[in-house]
Amino acid sequence: MISTLIWNALPGPALVRVLILLVVIAAVVFALFEYVFPWVSEALNVQETTVEET
Amino acid sequence: MSAPAPTSQAAGGRPPAHAVDGGARLSVIGVLGELLILAGVLLGLFVLWQLFYTDIQGERAQQEVVDSLEWVDSDVVAGVSADASNGPETIPDDLKYLDVDPPVMDYPDFTETFATMMVPRWGEDYVKPVSEGVTRADVLDPLGIGHYPGTALPGEIGNFAISGHRTTYGKPFNAVADLQVGDSLIIQTEDAWFVYHVESWEIVQPTQVEVIAPTPNEPGVAPTERSITMTTCHPMFSAAERWVVHGAFDYWAPTGHGVPEELVEVPA
Repeated sequence: MISTLIWNALPGPALVRVLILLVVIAAVVFALFEYVFPWVSEALNVQETTVEET
Repeated sequence: MSAPAPTSQAAGGRPPAHAVDGGARLSVIGVLGELLILAGVLLGLFVLWQLFYTDIQGERAQQEVVDSLEWVDSDVVAGVSADASNGPETIPDDLKYLDVDPPVMDYPDFTETFATMMVPRWGEDYVKPVSEGVTRADVLDPLGIGHYPGTALPGEIGNFAISGHRTTYGKPFNAVADLQVGDSLIIQTEDAWFVYHVESWEIVQPTQVEVIAPTPNEPGVAPTERSITMTTCHPMFSAAERWVVHGAFDYWAPTGHGVPEELVEVPA
């Protein structure tokens, strides 16, 4: 299991591991919201509002 | 975060259980299940981001843009009330011009916010920035309403063509379907107010660029009117078609002499 591997790879007691995970998850979500999702949304082209020549 | 989707062999995925067989074993089905769960979480996050986060972010960003324009009257932003006795001064008739060209403004740079838009039908506090360009990453997503490059500027003879999101990213044109014939569309720049009114609307294919031609829907015909055209998506949350609103010019007036009376009128 990937989740087990990650959990075992983390150092320290359970509380520290949970904190590390939370920080990592927050960083990943931030990167997704600010960089990845805007790019995906534009690439998907489902929110276009303009008329243009193709 | 406990291990998801236990397989038939591995009962649960808690670390102590694995200490016995000397570390975690990777089972194909288990990893596949984890990846599927991850994909589900990512899709869910994307929907949350698109539907809610971009909206909150866009609304805040557009408000900040309006607040940063020093020529915007803060009373207008807060919402001028219909209370006529107490309301702001309105522009006198002798300062309204219809057939005279408005003050010449420098053509705005790409992404420059050069105007604000007010639509009484959409609420007395509806004030949105209008910026140059219609690309999503630079203008429509972060700044709200965008002006089609090369189309007329406010009050000029030709077609002042603008575009905005109908959903998400602060959704400046969200209530476009509520507009009725005669509803005022008010544009303010640093030097002047421009009052237009809604004349018609239509639903077109995304490639029908003739709707923003200088004479709307008659490409190649030299313009004689001062028009406005708004484009947004249709149906909502889709890019299949475009909702297009055409408007005609009422008058322009220099700033500094009150607000257009149309701004304080409550649409029926």
